[in-house]
Formats: sequence, structure tokens, C-alpha cells
Amino acid sequence: MFARTGLKTLAVHKNPLVVFMKGSPEAPQCGFSRAVCQILDVQGVPREKIVSYNCLEDQELRSAIKEYSEWPTIPQVYIKGEFVGGCDIILGMHQSGELENLLIKEGLAPPLPGDEPAAKA
Amino acid sequence: MASTSTASAEADAAGAGRTAARIPGPVETAIQQKLIEAFEPVLLRVYNDSSKHAHHSAMRAQGGGNGETHFAIHLVSPTFKGKTVIARHRLVNALLAEEFNEKGLHALSLRLKTPEEWEKEGGGEMR
Repeated sequence: MFARTGLKTLAVHKNPLVVFMKGSPEAPQCGFSRAVCQILDVQGVPREKIVSYNCLEDQELRSAIKEYSEWPTIPQVYIKGEFVGGCDIILGMHQSGELENLLIKEGLAPPLPGDEPAAKA
Repeated sequence: MASTSTASAEADAAGAGRTAARIPGPVETAIQQKLIEAFEPVLLRVYNDSSKHAHHSAMRAQGGGNGETHFAIHLVSPTFKGKTVIARHRLVNALLAEEFNEKGLHALSLRLKTPEEWEKEGGGEMR
């Protein structure tokens, strides 16, 4: 357990954007996980920048990550090693504009296109 | 349609001799009681959304769950003053650790506001 937790801690610190979810971004298996992926998509985060782990395939990982963040539910989003939140918090930050600022600041989403027409409104 | 209850609504229904449409289960009752004790809420709504999620893979693995797996909680409390959203969520999650760990609670959707924030938004229902 500790070895695994250590491994994932490393994953969280090695990759700028990590999502622990149910299913995959292509095929989410829970509405909350799907919502998080859709928000990241709407924000213009390229798929290749998202490192995701499917907690349904790995019960040990699921317990380990809950213990690591002291957060009882999946999905969990980590940006630059920091636990940002689950679905409610990501949705709230999306609505307030906070998420966009954070993603742009961390180079995970393209800066505002300005005069270019938005691909995804 | 999600069902909802409040402690006072139940008391009213019982007191007035009206038929309660629905009796909250043990998990919902515990959630209500714990939240009332801990947060002295200005507004508290506990919605049982479990039926909306019973078909999900994790719930199917448990035979659809026990009917008390998914809740939405709308809570207005002065306790949240000066706390970040994540800190507010952590307070509620910690309070309901037993429900998560032992009673089959699987997911919460939380809207946690201070009275000031809530009034700014009109002070009504939050969904």
C-alpha cells in the first residue's frame, strides 16, 4: 500500500495534470468523472496533457489515492502536484473562471484566443 | 425525480397528521442529524439522488447499492466563513466519514455557502 501510494504521489508530482477517475476520458464510467473530463475539454486542455488513472480497474489505487488526499470520493484532479478538487469544485472553478486562469497559468490550456473564433464555446 | 427532506418538514408532516411522502433511510437521517449538530445551518437540504446512479458500474457491482449511496447536500452555515471551498468540503466529508467508510455512502454533491453568500444569490433554494 505504501509503495503504491508512493508511486502515485510521484505520478502526481511528475505530471502537471493528473485525473483519478472511473473509466477513461474516452469512456468515463461515472457522471462525475465524465463531467470533469468534459470541463477540461471545454477549457481547451489537449487530451495528451491529461494523465488519467482508472480507479475501477484498481481498487488498491482507489483506496490509496483517497488516503493520500484525505478525500473520500473519485474523481480527483491534481494540478502541479496539488489536489485541486473533485467534480463539484472543478465545476465551481469552471463557472467562476478560476479554472481557466489556473490552466492557462500552468500551461495546460492555450491562452485566450483573443480575435480567433473560439473552437469550443 | 430526486427526493428531499428536512428535519422540520418531517416534524411538520408528522405533527399535522399528514402522510409523509417518504421516510428517509438511516444514512439520510444520520447525515441530517450530524449536519444540524455540527453546522447550525441556516438552510439544509438533503437530496437522495441514489436512484439516478444505481445503474452505474460501481453500483451495479453492489447490486444497485442500498438506496442510500448518492446524496446532494445544500447547506448554508456561518461555519463556512473564511474557509475555501475545498476546506468546506473537507469539513463535511470528515463529519460523514463513518457513512463513507461503513454505511455505503458513495458520493456527495455539495453546495456549501455562508449566509452572506447565500443572501447575495437571492437566498432561495440552491437548485
